[in-house]
Amino acid sequence: MTQDSRQIVIAGAGHAGGSAAAMLRQFGWTGGITLLGEEPIPPYQRPPLSKAWLKGEATADSLALRPAKFYPDAAIDLRLETKVTSIDRTARTVTLSDGGTLAYDVLILATGARARKLPLEGADLDGVLELRSAADADRLKAALHPGAKLAVIGGGYIGLEAAASARALGAEATIIERESRVLARVACPILSDFFQNFHRARGVKIEVDVQVAALEGSQGSVAGVRLGDGRLVPCDAVLVGVGAVANDELAREAGLPCHNGVAVDLSARTEDPAIFAIGDCTSRPLPLYDRTGRLESVPNALEQAKQAASAICGKPAPTPEVPWFWSDQYDLRLQIAGMPFDATQIVVRGDVSGAKFALFHLTADGTVQAVEAVNAATEFMGGRRIIAKRKQLTRARIEDMSVSMQELAG
Amino acid sequence: MAKITYIEHNGVEHSVDVPAGKSVMQGAVDNNIPGIDADCGGECACATCHVYVDAAWLDRIGLPAAGSQEASMLSFAAVTQPDSRLSCQITVTDAMDGLVVRMPEGQH
Repeated sequence: MTQDSRQIVIAGAGHAGGSAAAMLRQFGWTGGITLLGEEPIPPYQRPPLSKAWLKGEATADSLALRPAKFYPDAAIDLRLETKVTSIDRTARTVTLSDGGTLAYDVLILATGARARKLPLEGADLDGVLELRSAADADRLKAALHPGAKLAVIGGGYIGLEAAASARALGAEATIIERESRVLARVACPILSDFFQNFHRARGVKIEVDVQVAALEGSQGSVAGVRLGDGRLVPCDAVLVGVGAVANDELAREAGLPCHNGVAVDLSARTEDPAIFAIGDCTSRPLPLYDRTGRLESVPNALEQAKQAASAICGKPAPTPEVPWFWSDQYDLRLQIAGMPFDATQIVVRGDVSGAKFALFHLTADGTVQAVEAVNAATEFMGGRRIIAKRKQLTRARIEDMSVSMQELAG
Repeated sequence: MAKITYIEHNGVEHSVDVPAGKSVMQGAVDNNIPGIDADCGGECACATCHVYVDAAWLDRIGLPAAGSQEASMLSFAAVTQPDSRLSCQITVTDAMDGLVVRMPEGQH
C-alpha cells in the first residue's frame, strides 16, 4: 500500500490517535503511519471501562477500536509500550522511550490526559485507584465484589458511573465531594440534585461539602478515608476521580504554545505546521461560543482526528460540531449537547421526577447554548440542531410539550 | 457469518464477511469502511452509523420500534428516509447473508 515516502508519526494510541490512523487511510493517505501507544494493548474504547467493562458485560474484543489484524492490513506500524520522550522540531525527529529515533514529515500529538493525583497522606496505599486505562479498570473490578466497600473521592462522571456499577455488583459505595453538589463543575444544580437523589435511592451514600484529610490503612492497604471533620469512611478500596490533567509536557518542552492543553486551530494544527494535536491533550477553538477550551470526550477526540486527517490529506475542513457528551448510570442515559456559556436561565422540558426531561440553557436573548437531556434522546438530537443554528427560543415554547422538537428545531 | 455489502454515498461498494452476533456497524468499522462514523461505539447515543436498508431486506430487518431510543435518535439524524436504521442496532445473523446497506451523504 505504501507509495508515498512521507511519514506520519502519531504519539498516543488512545481513541484520538487510533481513530486518526484509521481516518488517514480512509482519506487516501498512502505514506507511512507509525502509531505509538504507551499501553500494552491496541487502541480501545475508554467509555465502557466505568460501566459495561466493570460489570463484566464487555469483552476485550468488544472494547477494541479495531481488530488487531486491522493495523498490519492497513500498513499501520502500531508499536505498543512505546512513547515519545522528546521532539526535535528542527530535525523533525522524535526520540522514543526505547531509545530509538523516528523521523516525521507530520507529527500528531494524541497524548491524552492523566488522572489528577491527590497530594494526600496515604495516597500511595494499595487499593487507592484511579480510572483512565483498562489496567486501572481491572484493578477496580477486582475490588468490587458483593459486600465490598468502595469510597469514591470526587462526584464527577467517573465517580458516579463507577458508583452505579459498584451497586450493580453488590458493593457499597460512598461518594465524597468537596463542593456542595455532585457534578458541580460540569452540570447545572437541577441535574446535580436529580443525580444525587437517584444515586441515594439506590443505596449510594453521598457526602458533599467535605474535605478529605488523609487516606488511612493498615499493612500497606487502604482501610478508610479520614474526612476534614474527623469522621472516618471505612473502605476496602478508594477510587480517586478528581479530574484530569492534559499531557501537554512534550509540546511545551518543544516550545509549542500550551494553555491547559496544546493550542490548536480548527484543523487541529499547532503553531508548527508539521505538528497537529488532537483529543484530551488540546486546547481548541469553540467556534460556536467564540472562545477556546479543552474538551475531554470521545466526540471531541473523533472530531479533531477528522480535522487533522482532512488537513493532512487535503480534504475540506469538516463543519465544526456542537460539542456533546454522554453518560450512562443505572437505566439513565444522560446526553449533553453544547456548553452553557453565558446562559442566564434554565428551562425544564419534560418530567424531572419521572426521569425523562431536558434542561435548556438560554442566554438573556433566548439563544440556546446547551441542552442536558435525561432519557430524552429526541430533545438531545433536536437540541444539537437548535444550538448549531444559534436559534432563539422562548421559555413558554420549550416548556410546552404539545410543541414538538421538530417544530422547536424547525 | 454473513456477507454484507456497504455502498458509500459515492457508489463505492464494499462486500465483507461479518460474524453473526456483531452489529452491522461493527462490520463496517472492523473493515475501516468509510461512511459509518460510529462515534459512540455502538451505544445508540450519537446517530453517526446511519444506513439505508435495501428495499429487498427491509421486511426482514424491520424498522425501529416507535418511541425507542433508536427511533428518537433517528428523528434528527442527517438526511433520514423511511428505510433509515442505526446500524449499531442491527445484530448480524447468518440469515442476513447478502444484506445490502447504503450510506447517507454524511453522518454529522
